[in-house]
Amino acid sequence: MDVTLKVRRFNPETDQAPHFETYQVPANPMDRVLDLLHYVKWNIDGSLTFRRSCAHGICGSDAMLINGANHLACKVLVRELGDQITVEALRGLPLVKDLLVDMEPFFRSYRSVLPYLINDEPEPDTERRQSPAERERFDDTTKCILCAACTTSCPVFWTDKEYFGPAAIVNAHRFIFDSRDRGAGERLEVLNDKEGVWRCRTTFNCTDACPRGIKVTQSIQEVKRALLFRKV
Amino acid sequence: MTQQHTYDVVIVGAGGAGLRAALESSRRARTAVVSKLYPTRSHTGAAQGGMCAALANVEEDNWEWHTFDTVKGGDYLVDQDAAEVMCREAIEAVYDLEHMGMPFNRTPEGLIDQRRFGGHTHHHGKGAVRRSCFAADRTGHMILQTLYQQNVKNGTTFFDEFYVLDLLLSEGRAAGVVAYELATGELHVFRAKSVVFATGGYGKMFRVTSNAHALTGDGPAVCYRRGVPMEDMEFFQFHPTGLYGLGVLLSEAARGEGGILRNSDGEAFMARYAPTIKDLAPRDMVSRAIYTEIREGRGAGPRHDYVYLDVSHLDPAVIDAKLPDITDFARTYLGVEPKHEGVPIQPTAHYAMGGIPTNVSAEVVADTANTILPGLYAAGECACVSVHGANRLGTNSLLDIVVFGKRAGINAGEHANRVRHAELPADPADDVRRMLEDLSGHPEGERAAAIRAELQVNMDDKASVFRGETLLKEMETELASLRERYRRAWVQDTSRRYNTDLLETVELGFLLDLAETLVVSARAREESRGGHFREDFPARDDKKWLKHTLARKTGDGVKLDYKPVVMTRYEPMERKY
Repeated sequence: MDVTLKVRRFNPETDQAPHFETYQVPANPMDRVLDLLHYVKWNIDGSLTFRRSCAHGICGSDAMLINGANHLACKVLVRELGDQITVEALRGLPLVKDLLVDMEPFFRSYRSVLPYLINDEPEPDTERRQSPAERERFDDTTKCILCAACTTSCPVFWTDKEYFGPAAIVNAHRFIFDSRDRGAGERLEVLNDKEGVWRCRTTFNCTDACPRGIKVTQSIQEVKRALLFRKV
Repeated sequence: MTQQHTYDVVIVGAGGAGLRAALESSRRARTAVVSKLYPTRSHTGAAQGGMCAALANVEEDNWEWHTFDTVKGGDYLVDQDAAEVMCREAIEAVYDLEHMGMPFNRTPEGLIDQRRFGGHTHHHGKGAVRRSCFAADRTGHMILQTLYQQNVKNGTTFFDEFYVLDLLLSEGRAAGVVAYELATGELHVFRAKSVVFATGGYGKMFRVTSNAHALTGDGPAVCYRRGVPMEDMEFFQFHPTGLYGLGVLLSEAARGEGGILRNSDGEAFMARYAPTIKDLAPRDMVSRAIYTEIREGRGAGPRHDYVYLDVSHLDPAVIDAKLPDITDFARTYLGVEPKHEGVPIQPTAHYAMGGIPTNVSAEVVADTANTILPGLYAAGECACVSVHGANRLGTNSLLDIVVFGKRAGINAGEHANRVRHAELPADPADDVRRMLEDLSGHPEGERAAAIRAELQVNMDDKASVFRGETLLKEMETELASLRERYRRAWVQDTSRRYNTDLLETVELGFLLDLAETLVVSARAREESRGGHFREDFPARDDKKWLKHTLARKTGDGVKLDYKPVVMTRYEPMERKY
């Protein structure tokens, strides 16, 4: 089959504004959208620019807006999209070139929620004990690959760039509900900020967008509840 | 304009080894981590099954058995002193990670859970042992995230999307690196007293591979071009269970949890090749067994060119809890439901046992006498300690990166505190600037992508699981012609910002250099050992070949030298499982 691939292009060195270009790409239904982009880059126009690395949904490099929804280009197949495919850069982060955005604002939010284990108690000689149930409590949010698909699908984030966004909250959740962590109070204080969890309007875009199947909205709700009752 | 930076230690690469090194080094000395990817994009994140350490949490085990398994698994090419270090320090390395917040799976008692993995046994081969510490089937992801989190906490200085293209040596020691900033196209000179390479592997020289696009051997190739020999390049691991056609990794954990390989007749064929541990034999043996089945006509599918990985008899709850990602890959990319049917698999180029030669302190040793090149360190897949010998055991790569990443960080930091900076040449970035200028232009030439595709197809056909003199010789000729074409490759993108076309072209040059060292080393080694199998020399030959290869770049091609294997307590014996 042939796919009509529309790509929103922008070269900051020559273009005033982004524009669409259309390519006819030979494909089969099991091809990834990433394969189509590579076809263009390697056979038609070497200047087409995007990030990618692992090509199987683990490294989080290639989140893009594909037919109007955020996906990893390496994890969505032609058979799910049909023969008309439109690819654009993620919304809400500064456009740099073609499909590549500036990720720094995203990582800044991530860093601001203290996304690491906080525990100053003396370390035991072996492992800290944790029951399977305690471990299960935060399992879902450990799957995050920081691809930004959730945050850049959030309408609140589009209009308020100061909002931490779902990914940062997911990564806070991962520690708030870890029985070994002692930093929940500190972290909840950060999230209680006016740009914190309360900006979430439970649109569920984030949950739909997550390529790892994380229940993002639910995890945000759990953090809100933890704030209300100060109990994790 | 070239920008200058001065640090005590520069770490190149931000996967598991680089991030682990950064935690140690930055506690001791002013450290920068320079990486062509955002740290969390590194391929450590794709590792699945686990990290072995003889914690004995679920059954009797000790690190000496682990050492033996590592030596035997590596077909006795392992430096035994290094294997001892790794297996002994494995235990502390796991506890370190746990204390950093690593979310390991747990036993009912709350201890770190452990499972079986290929080639890991109790009592020196008596049976499979539960030694692999894991976090579902995303152990590498969890290690990468945990180490990155700790570096955020630590305030580590990162230069993300800076691509290191040259190593600076002066006064006989490391003096820094030159990097290309992807966002701007500018060159940066990083002056340093210690340089640590932790850039990962180079599986992208093959077509069917589990490796990420980024894995192009940048660190080893940069060192090689500066005169550092490459050790044991002929030993490349083909993982038995890559997703058919794509090469995406399906962890050995699937077999550790009870998964079985079946041929087109439905036969569990590994029982014929490794009667004791069957599907949990080491990877080199399983990959050869799969290709033997296919060659003898028992392959499945319309082209009879794959076999099945069958987990359909496992409890669906176990699949969901312990193998969620790999079953998802089968559904997403092949449309196969592993709970009900076998998953088509084929061996996939996975791991480089060879690389930059180091000692157990992660110091680079640059000749047959193991002379240290002061200030230069390497750790992880890009290095060859050698703890993996001729074939790496599953899980030992995650172990390698944390154990030797830590050692590299400590030693690089302490070295930096003992010496002054070496003097730099007047224009340290000159060679890189010239290389980039040579690569641009050539609109009459071919795109790098076309040359790379031919490299990959040819390497699959001529230098992978089964090798022989005729095909390796053909591959040498092929490489000479590919290199000639590469000189005229056309970089179509002429912009400065994020010129990934230029990046891919540079990467291809590195792959071509390393492919040549692999092929020349493989052609010389007239024996079969671990991942290197010669159909014309099918037996291991300890008399002639129990030694490490060193491949050095010279004016007229690759020159080979050899150095002895470090033996401590294990005499080579026949490798049966």
